[in-house]
Formats: sequence, structure tokens, C-alpha cells
Amino acid sequence: MKATRVHVSRRQLLAGGATLALGLHPLRGWAQKPTVKLAFIGPLTGGTASNGLGGRNSFQLALRERNADPKAKYRYEAEILDDECKPTVAVQAALKASSDPAIIAGVTHYCSVTAIATVDTYHKAGMPAMVWGAVLPEITYSHQHVEITRVNGTMINQNNVAADFAVKTLGFKTFALIHDTTDYGRAHAKWFSEFVEKAGGKILSTQGTAKDQKDYAAELTRAKADKPEVLWYGGLTPDGVRVRVQMEKLGVRAQFQGTSGIKSDTFNETAGPSAEGTLAFVEGAPTEKLPGGKQFLAAYAKAGFQEPSEAYGPFAYVAANLVMDAIEAVGPDRAKVAARLKRTKQQDTIIGPVEFDEHGQNTVPLISKYVSQDGKWVLWEDSEYASGKRTLPGLKYKKM
Amino acid sequence: MPPLELLLQQALNGLMLGVMYALIAVGFTLFFGVLDVIHFSHGDIYMLGAFAGLSVLAGLAAAGVGTPVLALPLAFAASIVITGLIGVAAERVCVKPLARSSPLMTLLATLSLGLVIREAVLIFYPRGADPKPFPWLLPQGDFDVGGVVVRYENLAILAIGLAAMIAVDRIINRTRMGAAIRAVAQDPEAAQMMGVNLDRTVDATFFLGSGLAAVAGILSGLYYSEIHFIMGITGGVIGFSAAAIGGLGNVYGAILGGLLFGLVQTMAAALIPRGSEFRDVVAFAVVLLFLVVRPSGILGAKSVERV
Repeated sequence: MKATRVHVSRRQLLAGGATLALGLHPLRGWAQKPTVKLAFIGPLTGGTASNGLGGRNSFQLALRERNADPKAKYRYEAEILDDECKPTVAVQAALKASSDPAIIAGVTHYCSVTAIATVDTYHKAGMPAMVWGAVLPEITYSHQHVEITRVNGTMINQNNVAADFAVKTLGFKTFALIHDTTDYGRAHAKWFSEFVEKAGGKILSTQGTAKDQKDYAAELTRAKADKPEVLWYGGLTPDGVRVRVQMEKLGVRAQFQGTSGIKSDTFNETAGPSAEGTLAFVEGAPTEKLPGGKQFLAAYAKAGFQEPSEAYGPFAYVAANLVMDAIEAVGPDRAKVAARLKRTKQQDTIIGPVEFDEHGQNTVPLISKYVSQDGKWVLWEDSEYASGKRTLPGLKYKKM
Repeated sequence: MPPLELLLQQALNGLMLGVMYALIAVGFTLFFGVLDVIHFSHGDIYMLGAFAGLSVLAGLAAAGVGTPVLALPLAFAASIVITGLIGVAAERVCVKPLARSSPLMTLLATLSLGLVIREAVLIFYPRGADPKPFPWLLPQGDFDVGGVVVRYENLAILAIGLAAMIAVDRIINRTRMGAAIRAVAQDPEAAQMMGVNLDRTVDATFFLGSGLAAVAGILSGLYYSEIHFIMGITGGVIGFSAAAIGGLGNVYGAILGGLLFGLVQTMAAALIPRGSEFRDVVAFAVVLLFLVVRPSGILGAKSVERV
């Protein structure tokens, strides 16, 4: 008997295999949904880990809720990766996620340095990535990639509000700036300076310092010599704590104001009584004041996570939901999901309506003003400082 | 040029920083002097000392011992003992077994150990990733001397640091163990022939160096009111650099190197326009300069290889 060689091309084999798989699919219990993997990337270790862990938990909460929803067409699986808030580690994580064909999209990065470093990685791999916490404008505005979108506002809106509030509402005139020398700190200092000058305030000095610097005595002594009314810090929590505490120790009698990077529970816990009266500005609104915030916090508490959701948890939760909505609508296909996400318009979420411009940037900039009161971040409007019951440290010094 | 009182104020800032660097540097120099090893996990031992001190203070506060007069000496003593013993253990695990292999192996082993210590604190200390508040136990308040603000806290820290340095000097120059340490540093074989117990001397050296790092760790906590698990990375690199500037193997050189490094860092940030951005660049450039001009360090002995 002569053997016949049957030539099967790879494509035919794949098609046959797929048909077979689909054919067998109902036999595996028809309740089985196809699995779709989503990546979450954020800082799970290092100085900003508390924000990363809050984001991760919120992301997982969104997946759990979706998986419990009988109407969902797919079962979602999480791939959690740590970027350590370091660009090199972030690029490795982005490569790992984007080279896995099972991962359809990612909810990515809290630190601006990592988000900006990975933009091209996602673009080359064609993997949609929605930023959930980084605020550097260039992350969305420096390219035309369809894959990159962002649910949180940028530091441009944040600094506009922060400068106007300090100069026009509170009446501070002179500012000494210290910022970390990462993209995050530098850009914040640049935008804040511009808006302060526009509002009629004066920048007396600007000093860049290394991220994770321990000792700020030299910089603070230098800033103190000009007698500024406000000492402003552009950077993240661990350094913000040091600047604030060392200000107190060195007797720098100025109002302390920071960027969204210091607005974490860790800031209040570590700075202790020194935190009182600190100002910080965050895109979005406090979780409990968001349209769906109460529900989110209740669900988060019920899920029994070890760590608080922190300021950007709701954004990670919304990003995960937007990505899953897109997958539900167009199927688990990277290109289709990316195109669909980019066209997001008037999508109602727990952070309010989300609408992306042509750069994939959410254009509904909701900025909240916070003040640290009794070891908690309180919305300015709800604080005793706004009602006149207490006076900000900086305003007290001004009167002296 | 800033006014004189501002310069003096900055010099005081630099001195504070320098004292902590000096205490770390002395450890590096002792290990190198006695064993010719560079113990690269020493920076993380310093961090561990700070965390040990914080844990002891928390325990004492829970037990109702909150007064600084009692709590601080106890915390220092406990932390010195704990950290000293860990330093001895580190030597037995990473240094002794590799005595006959290339120095590179010891370097690699101690580097790895540092990483293990750091990650262990991150993982096992409650919420180890966050910076930890350190209690304000030293007297607050300040006084003015000709426009220079001197804080009581600074004086207390300088006094404790100075006391620690004097104690080390006494131990090395006035005790039998110190004589043994000096003998081993000069010539291990000859010292053993004279009846010096090598193992015990090495243990003592590592206990002493690591105990000093614990003092530096607690002082850092008191000065900054905050400690963080990554503080050992820069602490270690700077401590080692300070020891190298001073002359590896020379205790006074290490102290001098530490003070110098603190002053250079602070003055760079204080005097150079935009200096705060490259204070470390300036400080390490000075290290490089020293290595080129005086490879054996300020007080280091010229080493002559006989072939």
C-alpha cells in the first residue's frame, strides 16, 4: 500500500484546529466563557508601592465584579506586573505583557517616568494601554499612537488650579520651589511656575533634588534665606514627607504645598503632626464624592483587601472597566479594542463622564483641592480651614 | 556669595550629615583593615540598625517606657547588640567561607546579602515599603548664635556621635581586644603566633563595626524623624567612599572622610547655582579626584607590594 502524503499548510491546520476547538467547545460545558487576559502594571514595591497596591486591588476588584456578571461574554484573568517606579523595570514589564498574545490590553503605570518610558513599547506591540495614574502631559501629547489612552487628568490642569488657588484665593505672593529631578518633578515645576507668574505671584527660587534624597537641609536653608510665603514641593510621598518634616525642624516658616504625588495616607502617617495644614491637588474628586464612589468604596471594603485604595485606585478601576467594555463590544482583538477605546465619548463611570480627545486624553479635568487636617486629607471645601475655624500655617506666618 | 551666617548654617548642616557618614565609614575601614574585605552589605546593616532601634522603641512604648531618658539608651544598647550580632553572622556566612577565594567572590556575596536584608525588611516589616515615622525623642527647640540657628537636637546628635567615636578609639587603643584587632590588621600570621585568637578578633571587629552602623541608623532616624528601607543603598555607597577618601584601614581617616563628604555635598547644594541637582555629582567627583591624587586616601598608609 502506497502512502499518500497529504500536504497541509499551516493556515489550513490552524483553521482546522480552530474549527475543531469551536466544535468541541460546547462539549466542555457550555457555561465556560473564553478567557481574556489583562495586564496591570504599577509600582508594587519601593517608595510609591502604597499607591501601586491600591491601584492593583482596584483593578482586581473590577475584574472580579465582571467575572461575577452573567452577562459578560468573557472570563477575565489578571497578569499583575511590578514596574518599581523605575523606567528600565517598566519597559521589561511592558515587553513581557505585550509579547504575550493572550494579553489583550493593559491598565498601566502610576509613575510618570515609567509611563513615558513604555509608550513606544505598547505602540510597537499594538497593545492598548490605558494609563491610570501618571500625570505627565507628554504621555498622551507627544505622539499619535492609537494604543495609548489615559483616564486621569494631566498636571497641566492640576497646576493651573493649584497656582490660581494659592495666589488668587489664598493671597500668597512669593514661592520657593523644590522638585525631584525626574520628568514628573521637573514638568510640575515648569507648569506651576508658569501659572504662578500668570496669576501674579513670584518664584523666588527653584531647586531640583534627586528622587529619594534623604537630606534637604542645604536646599531648605537656601530657600529659607529668601523668606518665601510658600514652600512648594513637586515630587512623591517619601520625599514630600522629608521636605515637610525637615522644614519644621529647620524652622522654615512658610506654607507647605505639594503636588498630587504627596496626597497619600502614607504622607499623613509618616509626617505625623507636621502634616497639618499641607495643601495638595489631585485630578478627579475624592473617591466618596465621585458619582459612583460610595459604591466603589463599599465594594472595595467588602473585598477585604489589605491596603487602602489610595487616591488613584478609582482610576485603575475605571480603566479596567473601560477596557473590558471595549472587549465586550468588539471582541478580544488588540487593534479593534485600541480603536474603540480611543473613540470613548461621554462614557459614564464612577469618576464621572470620560471623554478622550484625539490624543486619548480624558478631557473632563476634575481637580480637587485638599488640605491635611488631623492626619487626614480633607477636601478644601469641607475643611475647617475653608470655614475659617482654623488658619493655614502659611497665613499665620504672613500675619506675624 | 551668601552672607557668613548662611555659610555657617550650611556648614552645620554638612557637619550633621558628616557625623552619620563617618560612623558608617568607620565600619568599612575596620573590616578592610582587619580582613582586607569590602563588606558591601554594611549599608543595609546600617538600615537594619535603624529598624531595630525603631522596633525596640515601639516595644518600649507599648510596655509604657516612653521617656526618652530611659528609652533612648535602651534602644541604642539593644540595637547595637542585635545589629552587631547580625554583622558577626554576616561575616561568618559571606566572608569567612570565602577567605581562600578571590576578593571578587566576597564582594559578590556581601552585595547579595545586602539585597537579601533590604528585601527582607521590605517584605517582613509591617508595611515595609513605606517610609516609617521615627519618634521625636530629642529635645526640640533652638537658640541663635550670631544669626546661626543651632537646634538642641543637633547638639544631642553630635554628642552621641562623638561619644561613639571616642568609644571606638578607646576600644581600639586601650583594650586587649583592641590590641588584638590592631595586631591582626598589621600581620595576621604574626598575631596568631603571639597567641591572638583570629576568629574571636574578627568577630569582635564585625560586632564593633556593625554596632556603630546601628548608632548611625538610630541617629539618622532621630535627625530626619523618618527611616526607609532603601536608606542603606546611598548610606553604604557614601560610607564606603568616605572610608576610601580617608584611607581604607585608618579609623581617623574614615571619620575625616565622612565629615568631608557631608560638607562637600551640602556646600555644593548651597553655593553652586542649581547645585542641588548635582550635589552627588560634585561629591563623587571629589572622591574621584582624591583617588587620582592620593590613591591611598588622606591618612592611608602607602601600600608597597613586594614582589
